[in-house]
Amino acid sequence: MSAEIAEFAKDANAWFAENAPGPQDFMLPLTFMEVGTDQQFDFLRDWQRKVYEAGYLGAAWPKDYGGGGLSQAHQDAATKAMKAHHTPIMFNTIGLGWAGPLILDMGTEAHRKKYIKGILSGEDVWCQGFSEPENGSDLGNAQLRAVREGDEYVLNGSKIWTTHGHYAKYMILLARTDFDAPNKYAGLSFFLSPMKVPGIETHKIRKLTGEHGFTQTFFTDARIPADGLMGAEGAGWQVAMQTLMYERNAKGGQAGGYSITEIDPLEILDLARKAERGGKPVLDDPVIRERLVDFMIDAQGHRQSMARAKIPPLNQDCPQAIPLMAKLSMTEYAREINEFALSLQGTKGGYYVGEPNAVDDGYWHRHYLNAFSATIGGGTSQIQRNIIGEHALGLPKTR
Amino acid sequence: MSDFGQIGFTEEQIDMLNAAERFCREKSPMDKVRSLIEDEQGYDTDVWKEIYDLGWLGIAIPEEYGGVGLSMTEVVPVAEQMGRRMMHSPFMSTTLAAQAILAGGTEAQKSEILPQIARGAAATLALSEQNGDWELAHISAVATPDENGYRLSGTKTFVADLEAADWVIASVKIKDDVALAIIPTNSIPDGAIRREVVIDETKRSYELNLDDIVIGESDIMDVDKTDAALHHIHLAANLLIAAELTGAAQSCIDYTVEYLGTRKQFGKLIGAFQALKHPTVDAFVDYQKARSLLYTAAFNFGKQGEGEIATRMAKAKAEETLSFVADRSIQFHGGFGFTYDCDAQLYRRRAIFLASQYGDARYHKQKLADLLLKA
Ligand SMILES: Cc1cc2nc3c(=O)[nH]c(=O)nc-3n(C[C@H](O)[C@H](O)[C@H](O)COP(=O)(O)OP(=O)(O)OC[C@H]3O[C@@H](n4cnc5c(N)ncnc54)[C@H](O)[C@@H]3O)c2cc1C
Repeated sequence: MSAEIAEFAKDANAWFAENAPGPQDFMLPLTFMEVGTDQQFDFLRDWQRKVYEAGYLGAAWPKDYGGGGLSQAHQDAATKAMKAHHTPIMFNTIGLGWAGPLILDMGTEAHRKKYIKGILSGEDVWCQGFSEPENGSDLGNAQLRAVREGDEYVLNGSKIWTTHGHYAKYMILLARTDFDAPNKYAGLSFFLSPMKVPGIETHKIRKLTGEHGFTQTFFTDARIPADGLMGAEGAGWQVAMQTLMYERNAKGGQAGGYSITEIDPLEILDLARKAERGGKPVLDDPVIRERLVDFMIDAQGHRQSMARAKIPPLNQDCPQAIPLMAKLSMTEYAREINEFALSLQGTKGGYYVGEPNAVDDGYWHRHYLNAFSATIGGGTSQIQRNIIGEHALGLPKTR
Repeated sequence: MSDFGQIGFTEEQIDMLNAAERFCREKSPMDKVRSLIEDEQGYDTDVWKEIYDLGWLGIAIPEEYGGVGLSMTEVVPVAEQMGRRMMHSPFMSTTLAAQAILAGGTEAQKSEILPQIARGAAATLALSEQNGDWELAHISAVATPDENGYRLSGTKTFVADLEAADWVIASVKIKDDVALAIIPTNSIPDGAIRREVVIDETKRSYELNLDDIVIGESDIMDVDKTDAALHHIHLAANLLIAAELTGAAQSCIDYTVEYLGTRKQFGKLIGAFQALKHPTVDAFVDYQKARSLLYTAAFNFGKQGEGEIATRMAKAKAEETLSFVADRSIQFHGGFGFTYDCDAQLYRRRAIFLASQYGDARYHKQKLADLLLKA
């Protein structure tokens, strides 16, 4: 690490030590998909703005558009400091992590000027309109209709599971512009679309945890400007695929910060220390001990794989393997370790958020149920396995 | 997460990786592996000569003893590529014996034996006994003082590549303490060596009857260093085994993927069936993690604490990975998978054999639990 980065890391650590908000008297979302109340939303938006203004978000994005103009190593140091201080998440993930890098990479100068700063400050919340009620995993079959009329496109149809749909100012949208294209992919186009226009309506959906968090989004003769088109008309599938690479952490360029709270296996050690079985700590149980070590090995294997991905000579046989497996590996681990955490609570495993006797106020229960957001959202684990099998291993296609 | 070691690499290690990848691929195609199974010696004398002419036996031997002066970090890619191609030779056993001498030998033993090893003399270890215990100190062979030095008795098992070795380092008890004795193999009487039937048919393993072998006072390794030497041997062995297992997991996945992409049923390539595709992907993800853990262990091997944690993690993960992928590989080959001709059995047998040597995955996890899970 260069002296300059070390200095930056030191400042970042000091800043987060001073400014990390700590626990609140309401539940802080553990993932960006969990933002359900105005209180949570306002809090996270304020926090993101504060971090951005301090220079610890978008540090590697170009200065001209509102970034810090520094290197990726600077941003990585800042992100590391956030993790070390257990700060709240950077909630505007769809902007920071997916739409932002996409706009920087292939948007026009006008797009960059218009959108990047608001993404970083949290002023402009972004959502993603990919999934439809009838077309989820089969994203290429999306049917929402976009018809060009002069300088506008007219939208009709519906998107669903729209995270932040209720709060968003903009949407990255996959729509069908050509119903007669030679194949389903060729008829798609990709838009940067405003949300606050007549004809776009969002309906909140309750999640398995009982809270809100995503919406169904209806489009009825909604008119959006044609200059929101990303890439050529008919090239929407390629743009969507690139977006998904960012989303699945298979491609870099994100603004930084984290959008999902990671579980360190050492955190559940405390549960195992406190819980008793027959008057003895659960931590003495050899079966529990073996499982705990399994999680540690898995977490270390994942982390060191992410580090190995940056060492090309140790990836010669299949350079895309680790980037492609990142999402599957991380999200399935999170689901499993949270589930395991429940089993360490004895009778108290039966409590839920709101019960005063619950262990850690029901944190683990909430975390476990929410963990499915990441094993389903962004392409399910089954779809990830298809992708790894077909693209990294060259196995025959399932379809 | 607390620091279990960070992955890294050395330039020399990458050079070794590239050289070993090509060498093992060229010298050890599967038909060669198959023909060596039928061969009593079990390795190709010419290839063995090339291995030591390349200087690979001396990689982790200091220059002052005639070696290259690198470390186990750079041995790992060689072991990995040998494991990947199922290339057998006395390389692993000799490397470990050299590590034993480095960790526990006297200065005289180091200066006499290590330069010879660096030039191509083979050596091996005799640590296991009939009790099948992985705890290396739990033995009953003895060395009894007599007028010429020590008279040995007892039986050692799983002595790898003994027929090729010039020395065998045996653990024995002198009164209540464990000691390591360097036995020149030319002092072993006729009939004291029996080849064992082991599940991995590419390997050569022997039982050694120590009765009536007499060694000199100066053949005992430094008794003050025995514990440290046994601990070092245990970790070095597990590091090399993790490398072999990881390499084998890679080729077993390749072998399986190849079949899934050629065999057709119901008018489709069987790899299109997710019941086969998804477990194969899971194995591949496990393999990626195993390899990351392996190179983390290689890079941190010399560090107190991290070295041990990383090595145990690497062995546990590599063993579970190869066991899983080879088990599924037999199944996914259908009737052919049940045949001797299908290579899946070679991989499955290798995983079982290497699990049995120096502690299986569960054993290492118990050790890790003791290291990591403080009450
Ligand atoms: C919390 C959360 C937030 C989300 N946020 C957004 C968002 O902001 N924007 C957005 O556009 N979408 C969002 N999604 C939607 C998400 O991308 C889809 O739910 C997902 O792609 C699956 O589509 P589906 O729900 O239609 O399920 P389906 O595709 O109907 O899948 C049902 C089941 O079938 C399996 N399956 C389907 N096809 C195959 C196949 N070929 N092989 C094997 N198994 C298969 C799936 O794995 C799944 O288990 C979100 C989802 C969740 C849970």
